[in-house]
Amino acid sequence: MSMSHGFPRGRTAIVGAATFGIGRCPGVSAVDMAARAAMLALADAGLSLADVDALYTSAPYEALGGMELSEYLGLTPKVVDCNRTGGSAFEVYVQQAALALEAGLIDCALIAYGSNPASNPPPGVGMTRQSPWEAPYRPVAPISSYALAASRHMHLYGTTRAQLAEVAVAARRWAQLNPEAAVRDPLTIDEVLAARMVSDPLSVRDCCLFNDGAAAVVMVRADRARDCARRPIPVLGAAHAVTHREISSMPDLTVTGAAISGPQAFAQAGVTAADIDLAMVYDAFTITPILFLEDLGFCPKGEGGRFVADGAIAPGGRLAVNTNGGGLSCVHPGMYGLFLLVEAVRQLRGEAGERQLKRAELAVAHGNGGVLSSEATVVLARG
Amino acid sequence: MIHPEAEWRAHLAEGRFMIQRSRSTGGHVFYPRIVEPGTGADDLEWVEASGKGVVHAVTVVRKKDPADSYNVVLVDLAEGPRLMSRIDGADVDAVRIGMDVAARIVQEGDKPLLVFVPA
Repeated sequence: MSMSHGFPRGRTAIVGAATFGIGRCPGVSAVDMAARAAMLALADAGLSLADVDALYTSAPYEALGGMELSEYLGLTPKVVDCNRTGGSAFEVYVQQAALALEAGLIDCALIAYGSNPASNPPPGVGMTRQSPWEAPYRPVAPISSYALAASRHMHLYGTTRAQLAEVAVAARRWAQLNPEAAVRDPLTIDEVLAARMVSDPLSVRDCCLFNDGAAAVVMVRADRARDCARRPIPVLGAAHAVTHREISSMPDLTVTGAAISGPQAFAQAGVTAADIDLAMVYDAFTITPILFLEDLGFCPKGEGGRFVADGAIAPGGRLAVNTNGGGLSCVHPGMYGLFLLVEAVRQLRGEAGERQLKRAELAVAHGNGGVLSSEATVVLARG
Repeated sequence: MIHPEAEWRAHLAEGRFMIQRSRSTGGHVFYPRIVEPGTGADDLEWVEASGKGVVHAVTVVRKKDPADSYNVVLVDLAEGPRLMSRIDGADVDAVRIGMDVAARIVQEGDKPLLVFVPA
């Protein structure tokens, strides 16, 4: 294996980033939202639709969404991808776009997503089939799968519901510093513990939001990035691992594919977890940041619950995690992974307002898809 | 030619809990498929499961009326594979990780369903 561990370290950069319609965005379609975010991200970069020759998107209800958004924007892309790795798709797109840019196959990649399930409820038929091996037992999808993983973590490592609640409270405290976050009212550990249980040990306050939102980023090669309107954010590493589809086939309920993708992405970047200033880790449920902080190497396996305790990942804590308020308190329209990347870019550029970190040189964005099934890790730097 | 799910369901309808085993590797497979995952061994045969298992993970799905709440578990079979199921014959809050359980085939509606009971 080459020194670059299979990735063109720092040879591509994110040069545009935007969000749109976070919270409630009624009266428009999902593709309207994705297109709006795409135009905002291009304007942010100082680029136009005419520059775009690759499109990466995951439509919420349209299996052929790549063609849909391409048509809508009047593009004729050389590369279109709408992969099916759920919320991790956008971190995978960064990996794939970097490789295509480096190869010279494309010159400008647009990664976009929009979804408004809160204002424009999805049709009855979903994009996934019911597992014949799980559905008869009526797990609530997807929360019961995450609850099973949480039960195992608690059993093996003594993780407590109060430690899970710390994740929700930290997210809310960051959200209170982010005017774009959808839910900003105060939240306490006791309120999380007293909330209605959905699937033990997870209560309704252990679950991410299900609201509206759109986001987009634009990537080009690093040499061209210097001519763009904003500080380019180099992509240092991007790696992916899929371990299963359904929770009953997860090889180890307390070790995710992040234990594969994380070390690989860090090796590509030439950094370790100790170097990271900002960890944007997919918080679909309060258990997921605990698992990912362990698997990415921020603490030993099993120590995640104790690592997040006492406000350690809240503002002023030992590690900045999910500074936009996360899927738990900012936005989660179904597939959240692109919002992780946008927040990392904003922090690395130094434009995060009241929640801006004093030191923001290196960030990791870790996306999750399915039921801890697909894990993708991207390392970004302040250029 | 093997028809994995159809054959499994036919066995279940006859009151038999069958899993697959590779003749060459000795590995047991569940859910049923056309090759052993990982090895690709395609010499799978049906064998009767011992029905012995241990609860690996548990959740309780909570309903407005507590009487409607129910458990969902992952069970490690003695033969190795893990599967999703439900523990019958125990209070909904009494199911614990590490519990020894035994397979039962019950009728759920008009279909047979594999569940487990405390051993």
